[in-house]
This record gives sequence, C-alpha cells and structure tokens, in this order.
Amino acid sequence: MALAQVKQNTTDARLDALTLPEGEAGWAAEARADALTRVRGMGLPGRRDEYWKFTNPESLTQPVAPRAAIFKYEDEAPAFDQIERLRIVFVDGVFDPAQSDDLAMDGVEITRLSDAMAKDIHWVRDLYGVLETRGQTPVARPLAALNTAFATDGIAIRATGKAAKPIHLIYLHEDETSDAILHHLVKVEEGAEVTVLESGPAAARFNKCMEVEVADTGRFHHVRTQGRDHERRAATHVFSRLGQESTYKSFTLTANGVMTRNEHVIEMTGDDAVAHVAGAAMGDGASGDFHHDDTVFITHDAQRCESRQVFKKVLRNGAEGVFQGKILVKPDAQKTDGYQISQALLLDEDSSFQGKPELEIYADDVQCSHGSTTGAIDDTALFYLRSRGVPESRATDLLVLAFLAEAIEEIEDERLQDDIRTRLENWLERRRQG
Amino acid sequence: MLEIKNLHVKLEDEDKQILKGVDLTVEAGKVHAIMGPNGSGKSTLSYVLSGRDGYEVTEGEATLDGEDILEMEPEERAAAGLFLAFQYPVEIPGVGNMTFLRTALNAQRKARGEDEISAGDFLKLVREKAKTLKIDADMLKRPVNVGFSGGEKKRNEILQMAMLEPSMCILDETDSGLDVDAMKLVSEGVNALRDEGRAFLVITHYQRLLDHIKPDVVHIMADGRIVKTGGPELALEVENNGYADILGEVA
Ligand SMILES: Nc1ncnc2c1ncn2[C@@H]1O[C@H](COP(=O)(O)OP(=O)(O)OP(=O)(O)O)[C@@H](O)[C@H]1O
Ligand SMILES: [Mg+2]
Repeated sequence: MALAQVKQNTTDARLDALTLPEGEAGWAAEARADALTRVRGMGLPGRRDEYWKFTNPESLTQPVAPRAAIFKYEDEAPAFDQIERLRIVFVDGVFDPAQSDDLAMDGVEITRLSDAMAKDIHWVRDLYGVLETRGQTPVARPLAALNTAFATDGIAIRATGKAAKPIHLIYLHEDETSDAILHHLVKVEEGAEVTVLESGPAAARFNKCMEVEVADTGRFHHVRTQGRDHERRAATHVFSRLGQESTYKSFTLTANGVMTRNEHVIEMTGDDAVAHVAGAAMGDGASGDFHHDDTVFITHDAQRCESRQVFKKVLRNGAEGVFQGKILVKPDAQKTDGYQISQALLLDEDSSFQGKPELEIYADDVQCSHGSTTGAIDDTALFYLRSRGVPESRATDLLVLAFLAEAIEEIEDERLQDDIRTRLENWLERRRQG
Repeated sequence: MLEIKNLHVKLEDEDKQILKGVDLTVEAGKVHAIMGPNGSGKSTLSYVLSGRDGYEVTEGEATLDGEDILEMEPEERAAAGLFLAFQYPVEIPGVGNMTFLRTALNAQRKARGEDEISAGDFLKLVREKAKTLKIDADMLKRPVNVGFSGGEKKRNEILQMAMLEPSMCILDETDSGLDVDAMKLVSEGVNALRDEGRAFLVITHYQRLLDHIKPDVVHIMADGRIVKTGGPELALEVENNGYADILGEVA
C-alpha cells in the first residue's frame, strides 16, 4: 500500500473513533471544524515522517488507547504537596469539581474550558487553536490539531495581576483504558504573573495541548511532573507566544512512561523576551519499557531575546531517549542569545539516546550555541565516593542527581526546585531499596 | 593493623606488572612513610588497597585487622576503617561538599550498625573540623573539589579524614601543592588524629612533611617493591643524596 494511503487510513480510523463536542458557541464550533480540516490535511504522524524518525507514533495515533495499569504511589507524597496552591483535579481527563478547589482567586480568572467554549469570551476566542495553528509551520504537529478539534475538557486561565498562588492541575488516572484529550489556555496579561503546575499521568493515553500567550512584561512559570505509571502514554504540546520583555519558564520531570512525546513550540515576538525550557527524565527499562522524546522548536522573531533549552536524561536497562531541538532565528532577530544543551547519561550499554540539535539562523548579529552529549557515569568520581564509604548504588544516584541538577536549577521558585529535588531523591531511594 | 604480604599487581587491561612483591606491616599507633622515585608504584599500592578498578592482584595478600581487604568492595574497605587521601582529589560537579560528607559518614555508620548522625550534630562537627583546617563555609557549600585550588583540595581530603575518623589512613602526597602554612595546618590535622588505635601510611617525596608528621618507620619503594626500611634518618638521607645511593646499594 502506498505510504499516503497508510497515513490516510490511520487518520481516518482515529478520527472515526472521535466525535466533535456539541452545544458550543458558533466561533468554537468553527475553531473545531478548522482544526479537523487541518488534521485531515496533514494526516496523523507516521513512522516515515522525518519529525517522528526517532519515536514511533503508532500507539499515539491508533483508534483505541492501549491499556495502562494504574501505578501504586503507596506512601509517596503527592506532587507540590508542601506548596500552597489552587488545585484543579481531572480524573481520566474529566474535570472533577468535588476534588478541586474553588476556582476563584485573586489575580486570575479561571474557567472550565467547556464553559468558556459555550460563551463568547474574547480572549478565549482569540487564543483557542490560534497558537496551535501558528505552530503548524514550518513543521506539522497533527496530534495538536487533533486535540484542538476534539478536546473534551480543560481549563482557561487569564492572569490579570499577580496570581495569589500557583494553579495546580492534577491529573489522576483511575481507568486502565482511559483516553484523555485536554486543552488548556493561559493568557498572561501585561505585567501579570502566574505559575501553572501539572502532575500525574492523566490517563492510559493522554493528549494534551496548552496554548500560552504572554503579553508584554508578563511572566509565566510552568513546572510539571509526569505520572509514573509505567504503561502510560502521553503526547503533549505547549504553544507559546511571548511579548516584549516577557518571561516564560518551563520545567518537566519525567520518570517512567512507556511513551512520552513532549513538544514545546515557542515564538518570541516581542523584543527582550526570555524563554527557558528544561526537562529531566529518568527511565529504567527494567521496570517497564521507556521511551521519552523532547521536541522543542523556538523561533526568535524579535530583537535581544534570550532562549535556553536544558534537557537531561538518565537511561538504563534499555530505556530510550530522544531530543529534537531547534532554534530558528529570523532575519530581524538581531542580538539573539540562544543556548541549547541536551545530554544523556547512559548507565549501561543497552540504553540509547538520539539527539538532533538544529540551528537555523538568518540574522547576522546573534549568539547561539548548542551541544548534545551522551556519556556514561564518571568512574573516577564513582570510585572517589565509594572510597569514602558510599555504597555503589547510592554513589551512582548522587552522580545522577548531580547530572540532572543543571536542568532542575532552571526552576526559578526555590520551593518548587526543592519539591522536585526531594521527589527525585525519594524515587531514587525507593528504587535502591527495591 | 595493615599487613601486606608479597603483593603482586598488574594492570587489568595490559600485560604490565606494577607491584612486584610488596611486603609491608603497619602497626596500630604508628606512622609509616613511603618514599620512592616517580613511577615506582606508590600510588598504585594505595589504589589497590582502597579497591580501585583496573588492577589485578596476581599474588599475595593484604589484610586490615586480620581481614582480607582485597576481596571487599571499596565502600566496605572504607567502613572497615581504611581511608585514602588521594594524590589527585577528584572534582564532582553537582554534588555538594556537605551532602558528600554527610552521606559518606552516615553510610559508614550504617555499615557498622551505628545510628545516623543528626543534621544538627553533623553541622556542628563539620564546622568545628573545618575551622581547624581553615576551610571556610563557602568551600563547604561548593560542589566537591570544584574550583578548589590544589592546596584546598588537599585540605579537603584531610577534612574528610577528620570527619570519618578511619583507623588506617593512607596519605598519598598530601603535601604536594601545599604552601608552608597549609602544610602546617594539614600536619596538625593529622597529628590531632594520631592515637594508639590508628595508623598512618604517608607517601611523600619530601622530608619537610616528615618534620611535622614524625614517622616511626620509613620505607623506600622502587620498581614495585619495598627495597629498604629504616628509621626517620632514611628520609633525611633521601633528602640529602637522592635515591641513587640507596638504589645502588640494594641492587
Ligand atoms: N592505569 C594505568 N595505566 C598505565 N600505566 C599505569 C596505570 N597505573 C599506573 N601505571 C604505571 O605504573 C607505574 C607506577 O605508577 P604510580 O602512579 O603507582 O607511581 P608513583 O610511585 O605513585 O609515582 P609518583 O611519585 O610520580 O606519584 C607508572 O609507571 C605508571 O605509569
Ligand atoms: Mg603517586
């Protein structure tokens, strides 16, 4: 069968299994229909697509979500437990008001997506599917368009001032066959500031899209930990557009997960904006297959902007890591400062890492650097630690934490940094104790 | 305390014999010094005793308090009381000096079936020991040895020794890279630890360190063997005449 036909069949099969939401406002129905047209036009990703060269999209595009056992968290403290925050809970992709806090908070307006789609709220209308559409060129991201068309739930957040506390989206996974599609909108108005936290696996299969518009001098912080369910699958997209002197900082911690593809698409359209994206991922093939893909695309389209990508992966027992990161500097984006580092620490020879760093620069006065490394644990350091009485497994973990530190330090809020660090340490400790 | 008999060691990956029958006994409470030309195998001996990879013991044995240490993992040797102050201390970016010290101390305690030290007691202890070695708070906070000067690294080795209170301390050229004042500090640190239950094996090229840390016995190592053993006067002889005479005499 011809390749195009395979793609068409895959796409048709998946779309046939979905239904467009009903009862929404006219503009919303239109946005959904446009998105559906986009998906049909692009077709869902296939193994032969260049952008999916290192990650097999099949389980993310097949009509039915593969079953995923529920992970037992036992005595592990929930993420961000020690931090005062507004909690919004989704169970298998459905908003659960009973477990959530009241959505009213100083500095922000929070609306459930389904409510927002039934009304005509100007900023929602100006954002829903808009950044996702912009993010479809130069590289197609069909799973995001599919999300825009079919998302069943989500949250719309508009920060008008400094949010009183972080907003925490908690994704619980209770049904082994759940297939969740969530779409969030975040609008940070001029000078406003908000932190969005995310945690949990969400579903057996999770398709999440978040569109973030940060107006001039606005500040957006994003910290997430993806659920530890070994068999869970996730395809996530964050699309953001940054205004003048705005700040965007995102950090993701991942351990476990048979399939994760996290895409970040950032467009810097205002001068002097700052964007930092970071990720720390740990995979151990001994406790279940692990494939983790970070794909980042940052476009500099304004002057003196700074972007930073710091991605670290620790892989063992056949775990697979992928990084595709691109910095595109448009002709007028002079004085761009772009930095990108992706590193993998392979704890054995069975694990693998594929890195594809790319720079495409059309301006002449820019500073861009990128690096990608794959390495093993430093034997000399390991021996030094052991010679002081630190057992090998603990010594290895200390070096693992040290390796991941640079990514974790990208989190601006120290309390969140501590939460992530403690979480990691605890995971490693549990693992050591078998 | 430490007993080494006819120890033969070759490189694991190469057909190169480095130690060719080392015999050495260090009694509790004593300070032994080892001197010897570059490349004679002094560091190799210290690494083999502490369990570094890459060497193969082809003959002989080494025991600490009667226990065969060559079969133990490096961390087990440490818990049994062995400590090596490295000739080239290792930098470990990302691991804080304090975390490192506390993890090491607690791991050893745990291995010996003792309780872990509380965070408060640990802080007190480390501050007190650091002060006597003139290691400031900033150095304690930094990653292990990262950005430390040569002399600071050596002082940091002695701080670790002071914290871990091992019974058998091997110091590999701890004096190299130290200025005169630091040499005094380090020596005082070592002397403060001297006691009946503890022994030292001090590897050095210079008499100067031995002015501060008075050895009971001095050994000369050459070409993978201890070729001569004597009192402190042997070190003076090396200082004045070099190795030619001694080596000529034993050859
Ligand atoms: N891993 C190795 N690979 C190759 N050669 C080695 C290795 N380790 C030791 N050697 C060799 O073994 C010999 C002894 O080295 P060692 O470092 O023990 O000497 P040393 O007595 O400590 O010298 P120095 O006084 O210069 O510190 C040297 O010839 C050295 O090159
Ligand atoms: Mg040496």
